[in-house]
Parts: sequence; C-alpha cells; structure tokens
Amino acid sequence: MNAFTFERLARATDAASAVAARPGAMFLAGGTTLVDLMKIDVLTPDTVVDVRLLGLSSIDVSDDAIAIGAAVTNSQVAWHPVVRDRFPVLSEAILSGATTQIRNMATVAGNILQRTRCPYFRDVHASCNRRQPGSSCDALDGFNRGHAVLGVSEHCIATHPSDMCVAMIVLDADVHTVRADGTTRSIPFRDFHLAPGDTPHVEVALEHGELITHIVISNLPAARRSHYLKVRDRASYEFALASAAVVLDLDGDTIRTARLGLGGIATRPWRATEAERSLTGRKASDAAFRDAAEIALAGAVAREHNQFKIELAKRTIVRVFALARDASL
Amino acid sequence: MKTSIRVNDTTHELSVDSRLTLLDALRDVLGLTGTKKGCDQGACGACTVIIEGQRVLSCLTLAAACEGQHVVTIEGLATGDELHPMQAAFLHCDGFQCGYCTPGQILSAVCAVQEVHAGVPSHVTRDVRQAVNSATLTDAEIRERMSGNLCRCAAYPNIVAAVRQVLANEVRS
Repeated sequence: MNAFTFERLARATDAASAVAARPGAMFLAGGTTLVDLMKIDVLTPDTVVDVRLLGLSSIDVSDDAIAIGAAVTNSQVAWHPVVRDRFPVLSEAILSGATTQIRNMATVAGNILQRTRCPYFRDVHASCNRRQPGSSCDALDGFNRGHAVLGVSEHCIATHPSDMCVAMIVLDADVHTVRADGTTRSIPFRDFHLAPGDTPHVEVALEHGELITHIVISNLPAARRSHYLKVRDRASYEFALASAAVVLDLDGDTIRTARLGLGGIATRPWRATEAERSLTGRKASDAAFRDAAEIALAGAVAREHNQFKIELAKRTIVRVFALARDASL
Repeated sequence: MKTSIRVNDTTHELSVDSRLTLLDALRDVLGLTGTKKGCDQGACGACTVIIEGQRVLSCLTLAAACEGQHVVTIEGLATGDELHPMQAAFLHCDGFQCGYCTPGQILSAVCAVQEVHAGVPSHVTRDVRQAVNSATLTDAEIRERMSGNLCRCAAYPNIVAAVRQVLANEVRS
C-alpha cells in the first residue's frame, strides 16, 4: 500500500476542501472498496479524508420523503422500519449484497461510489481503460462471463456491481452534494452514473472534492408493491449475474405504471424506461412482462462468455414482476 | 500518527502508520492474536471483530479510523473463566475443526443472535416488513446471516447447531 496522510475533519465543507485541494486525495467512508483497492495498488491516494464523523449519519423521515445521510451504513438502511415498510425493494436489494459485516461497514455514499469488480480493473498488470485511460481493455476478448451487455462501449464492458443502486434508480432517488465553496446541488440518480463511452475512467457526475451529503427518496405509495430479485452463482455473498428491481402499481389486474431497474448486466445502474412504458395499461400477465423484457434487452451486446446473461436477464424480469404482482399486501 | 483505541475495555494510546489495519494493530501491536488473518481482502470473515456493537471486518478497517471506538475481540468475550454462551455452544456442538475461522465465527454469531432478537430481516426473510422471530428462525436464516464467515473445514452444520442452541436457550430463559 502506498503511504498516505490520514485526515479526519468535523465539517463537510472542510472535508470537501481537503480533497479538492489535492488531486491525489480521496474520501474514506466504510473502507470496503477503498482499503481493499489500496491494498492491491489499484487506488493510490496520497491523502485519505475520513468522512464518517461529519454528522451525515442520520436517517430523517418525513411524511413525503426519507433523507438518508451519506455515512449511514447499508445495514442501517436495510433494517430501518420505515425503509422496510415504504420501500421494501431498497431493503431487499441491500440485504442481497455482500455480508452483514460488510453492510455494517459500507455506507450509502460508498455503495453509490463503489468500483467495478472487473478482474482486469483489479489487476494492475492487466490493461484497463477505467483504471488507466488509453491502456485498452483486456475484458473485451478475455474472461468476460461476468461482464455487462447493456451500456457497453468498445473501451469498457465492466459491470456496475451495486444491488442498492438498482433500487435507488427505480425509486428515483436524488443524490445531494456539497462542494468546497459550500455550494450544494442535487443530482437525479439516473444522471449520477455515467456509461463508459470513450471515457470509462469518468464514472460519476461528481467534481473532484465534491462530497455526497445525503440521499433523498420521495414517497412513492406504489413502492409498497416493489421487489428486488437477484440471480447469482451461489445463494449468498456473491455479485449478481442479473438482477431486477421493480415497482408495480396495479388497478386490479391492470398495470397503471411499472418501473424496472436492472443490475449485474449493465455498466451503470440501469433504468429500462421503454420497457416500463410498454406495460402501462396492460394486463399484469407473464406475457406482458416477457414483452417488456424483450424491449429492455433489445440493445444488449454480448461478448464471448456472457451471451447467457441476455436470456437470464429476461427471465429475471418476468419473474420479479410476477413476484411483485402476486405478493399479498 | 497517534490514535487511541479501546479494545476489550482497555484504552491503548498508539503511534501507528496510517496504512496499519485494525487487524494488524490487534495482532502485531497489541499481541491479541485471537483475531485471525485469512484472506486479508474482506472475503473470508476470519478477522471479524465487534466495533461499537456491530460485527465488521478488521482487515478492511484502518486502525487510525478507529480513534475513540470500542473494539471487542475474541479475547474480550469470556467473563474470567466463564465462557460466553456462544463459545460454550461451539464447544458443545463441535462447531469447528482446525479452529482458524472460529474466533470470527463466534463473534459473528454473537452479533447474528442480537440481530435476530432485534427482529431485523435478512436476504432470505420472506417479507422484510415483518420482524423475524427467534423461536421460528429457519436454518436457512442462520446460514444466510453467517454467510460472511467461511470455514474451509466445512463445519457449517455444527456452526448452525451452535447458533441454534444459543437462540433456543435464550428463548427458554
């Protein structure tokens, strides 16, 4: 691990200033991504600024929204009674990821900013445009069974690994930030993560030194009928091969509106809006869900080893919608 | 850099390299070798400790970031010569073979039982809106809640039995 200066500050703007002032500085929260990647020299910050004591550790519930502090742990969110009641898809998505120990450490902001698990990104001896811009991508013709089929480019096919983010994007969460000069802004979740395109190393819509302060999720009564389904190689403690988050608003057996988020198959948390629109006004039948799944995966591009993900994702979509439809509330 | 960490109710003033993990601080600086280094990359759970009441991985925790926090390791679990009920249950159920993962398993299990008593759901809980009930907890629930601790000897059935025994004893009492 490279040497670094460790700083712990008390105010969010001070932490933002400390990072903004140094190109090699990074924020540290739970450490489950950063410390891991520092140990294998994928990330080599010269300054690490601990953001867990900035007063960003509360969950504030109001009648029309819930605000989750950036440093709230994944466990605290998943176990929160209001999250479980109003947004079960969020609790389910978080609980499907990692382990209790890791969820107890990992924070909400850290989960949003977690890095890909692409083995070539994690290996400093491999070529990776995300880790080292312009070095090419060993995954394109390498072992790419776990890689993305949506949102890919000729420069990167790394899968976004988060489960939580799939629920966040389906709930239209807003990411609130503060910058060193004290200015704040709110970024819609679907604008937060960037597809790789020609610049895979630019992953999110944050400036250097811009600090996430909290996440706001507005009330969505339909989200009481929401569900997350994750398909993976083993029953626990594994990243998704395909996953889907849905919110289903039913009028009898007719769909008023549907929302669909996808994980494990895309380079960023994925919202399948055209598939959603196709369901409006249709009977909540498996056939309608299959049609939506076909639309959601219409633009999928597979490589040598991940072709199976396209059909797997379609079946995951049909299954998760059916589970949400059949749930007794 | 200087940091102050409370471990098993004893406060230690340490001068540490910023790169030092809590795991290495416990083992190499404080001589508390009960906490084990398995993968050292957050995958195996052998280094599990309890910080401020929550089970976490000491290999991915910087010692400097533990300033002012209370850490419980396997050495801090027994009361004198009296084993913690989970330690006794692991002995009674033969919940280990080589023993390397055992300190992490036991600390993780202690917290898992507390989480069950708090009613919080897991990935296999059918309805996350409902509180789980320790009296009716399935083996699948125990396995899911313990999935962060790998055992290469595969003592899993007896580990599940040990957790179940502690849950049953606490329900009875």
